[in-house]
Amino acid sequence: MTQELASSRSVSIAVAGSGGAGAMTTGNLLFDVAAKQGWFGTLTRTLGPQIRGGEAAAMVRLTTAPTSSPDDFFHVLLAIDWKNVERFAAEIPLTSDSIIISDVDGGDVPEVISRSGAKIVQLPIAKTAKQIKQGRPNMIALGILAEMVSLPERTLSDMLEKKLGRKGQEAVQSSLDTIKLGRELAADLPVVAKADFEQPAPGERMVISGNEAAGWGAIKGGIRFVAAYPITPATEVLEWMSSALPKLGGSLVQAEDELSSINMAIGGSYGGIPSLTATSGPGLALMTESIGLAVASEVPVVIVNVMRGGPSTGLPTKSEQSDLNIAIYGLHGDAPHIVTAPMAVEDCLFTAQWSVHLAESLQAPAIMLSDQFMGQARAAVEKPEEIDFGTKREVLTEGVEGYERYAVTDSGVSPMAIPGLPGGQYTADGLEHSPTGTPSTQDAHHAEQMDKRLRKLTEFDYADHWAAIEGDGDIAIVTWGSTTGAAREAAERLREFGINAKLIAIRLLSPVQPEKMAAALAGVEKMLVVEQTHSAQFFRYVRAQYDLPCQAKAFNRAGPIIIRPGEIVNEIKNWS
Amino acid sequence: MNQAASDIALVASDYKSGLKPVWCPGCGDYSVLQALTKAMASLALKPEDVAVISGIGCSSRIPAYTSTYGFHGVHGRSLALSTGLKVARPELTVICTGGDGDGFSIGGNHFMHACRRNVDITYIVMDNQVYGMTKGQASPTTDPFWDSALTPGGTGVSPFHPLVIALASGANFLGRAFSGDPKGTAAMIEEAIQHPGFSFVQILSPCVTYRPDQKDWRNKVRPAPVEATSDPARAARRLMTDDGFNIGPLYRGEREPFKLNQNNSSTETYDFTGQFEV
Ligand SMILES: Cc1ncc(C[n+]2csc(CCOP(=O)(O)OP(=O)(O)O)c2C)c(N)n1
Ligand code: SF4
Repeated sequence: MTQELASSRSVSIAVAGSGGAGAMTTGNLLFDVAAKQGWFGTLTRTLGPQIRGGEAAAMVRLTTAPTSSPDDFFHVLLAIDWKNVERFAAEIPLTSDSIIISDVDGGDVPEVISRSGAKIVQLPIAKTAKQIKQGRPNMIALGILAEMVSLPERTLSDMLEKKLGRKGQEAVQSSLDTIKLGRELAADLPVVAKADFEQPAPGERMVISGNEAAGWGAIKGGIRFVAAYPITPATEVLEWMSSALPKLGGSLVQAEDELSSINMAIGGSYGGIPSLTATSGPGLALMTESIGLAVASEVPVVIVNVMRGGPSTGLPTKSEQSDLNIAIYGLHGDAPHIVTAPMAVEDCLFTAQWSVHLAESLQAPAIMLSDQFMGQARAAVEKPEEIDFGTKREVLTEGVEGYERYAVTDSGVSPMAIPGLPGGQYTADGLEHSPTGTPSTQDAHHAEQMDKRLRKLTEFDYADHWAAIEGDGDIAIVTWGSTTGAAREAAERLREFGINAKLIAIRLLSPVQPEKMAAALAGVEKMLVVEQTHSAQFFRYVRAQYDLPCQAKAFNRAGPIIIRPGEIVNEIKNWS
Repeated sequence: MNQAASDIALVASDYKSGLKPVWCPGCGDYSVLQALTKAMASLALKPEDVAVISGIGCSSRIPAYTSTYGFHGVHGRSLALSTGLKVARPELTVICTGGDGDGFSIGGNHFMHACRRNVDITYIVMDNQVYGMTKGQASPTTDPFWDSALTPGGTGVSPFHPLVIALASGANFLGRAFSGDPKGTAAMIEEAIQHPGFSFVQILSPCVTYRPDQKDWRNKVRPAPVEATSDPARAARRLMTDDGFNIGPLYRGEREPFKLNQNNSSTETYDFTGQFEV
């Protein structure tokens, strides 16, 4: 088994522990050191409902090539203790090839875990930690795992210095000593991964979370004003931007609720400053009326919605893709707007920057649908390329007599006067209006303004950013958002089995791209639509919005059990 | 406004757009428009540097009747629009406007928080103690026994006291005006605009259509018997005995306004790569 695992392209390790056990710290340090050594991969986490100190598990996948997919099972589960493990056992699939490592003094391995048939190794974790002054079991755990993935001591101690240095030299030394004992404990354990590649040059790789990437991408796109109301799992987008914006002369205001935050963002953008807010389902529901205002008044604004399970307060800490319907159809009236979705942690950077570009270019609201899975995951990735979309809002540069803010143009976009410009004064309006902005209920005004607001979206050139299309074949896996990772890996595995599968992952959910989709589906006979929703929202959307020249089937499931590549492979293999 | 014209002092009518208001003849809001434009003229504000923001209601139609920048948003969110605009563009003069339903009912939460946030904006509420636009329902400031089709016999609910709430929430300037006195109203708006921080002006502005009884306000209003104070405790005591018809500035606070960043620019760059490099 050792050899087999060590030679494979990826290893998945889960570290579990109850509140205060430090499982997340272990996972994060392991991940950072592995990334430094040159592993790619992702660290996701599962948390209990407790505000602080609940059970947690860090789930690390290390790979030799970039991937955003989870694996089908974990090679190693290390439990610092077993408290409440039943609450997330289903999120850590094991097989009889897996290894479970637990504390000899921590009681029997719970049945939910042991029934996998995995090999159980019990080690004196807590007891050994006690040999070191201030030694903590989670550092023993780190030592064990560092040995099992053959992480060099030097890289690990450098990382510890960097991450724990502020706690003082003594704390660092105690951790290092404890880790060393952990390594010794692992002497008889198999090595599950060994880097047979060179350590990348400093600065070549990055470790970043989806929420940070979304904030950074938004700033790259030009966002300089943010209005914020905290909500899990979107808060980190706002917190990251809060300290980043002042470095660029931008600012952030904490609002009293989402009714306010969206309107503050619209107010800032009306003032000419590219503006954003971030939220999750419950907040998006509150914002919908005002997103319609941004549509009607043609004010660009970006709403990053990091999805969690619903309805109502739902599953605040668990991922789902079930805000698709509200994002696309949630606005009242006919309200053409933009809906985008990143496909992976690092794609949050690109897609956020692109979303700002679209909102600013089209003078319309853009909702970017990220989710908890990628938002709160950390990924070890190649440093992204600099992109310049040439984002520029079409503004009125000189006052004109009889200025028409909502002039009916071919492109549908009309130059926007920014307050401060003499001779550009107008009143932005959510009431239907004539080209000057004067409220009007005339059928002709309504028709021409509706056409204009739709035309600017449909006529725009979204280039090939609208979707990721990979591979060829008569079977297509069609997906969006964070299930793209699993779908991509499934397609790769199918190709190895000799089944040609094509991946179609959609980044631009609205407006739809019928011609591009038709081209993408040419030659496809069957399509499997993969998504993390209970009601197959994406499947219904695809069927309603696109002409499908093929059989279509949904593979969908509500959160929090994420979709794994092997499941998609089986689904396709069994589809005769 | 071209260069030559801007050298000539502007008068109130220069601040009007010329668009014909939708208001009923005799509506108090005409005088508020008159007072607002007069205040802007006497402060010699450049129309392009002013934004008049509103929500929804008869009163909220006012932005389009001015020659400044304007934003007619959705019902109840004008203060949020105004706050965003002022924080993003501190150099602008931001005047938020609307009705009692817009500001105290659907927008009530924003009202409290705008007071306590104390961003340097001016909030003008045309209080007619009724929902005019939706044709005569009770608002938060309506008398509990006022009869309407929606609440026959009255709401039976005590009215909301906007000045008390504003004071308790931290607004920095408070005053009450009567639209039947456009000169006094203009002077108060002028002072409110100049006063740092969040300024709130309650303007009694009769709805002649759904509250014909308000024609009597002319006889009820009186100049406040005492001078404005900068002591919130004194202002609170005065409000305890206030019957709603004392006209004049009430409170000139000295709270530090919300700190505004003077440098919102969308062009500068900063490299964040170092934060994420391994
Ligand atoms: C979300 C929403 N709910 C309800 C309405 C209907 N509505 C329009 S104006 C208004 C009340 C306006 O009253 P007020 O603010 O006192 O203004 P007035 O018309 O008296 O000047 C209502 C309830 C709306 N436009 N939007
Ligand atoms: S209904 Fe009342 S508030 Fe509205 S315009 Fe007429 S008089 Fe004015």
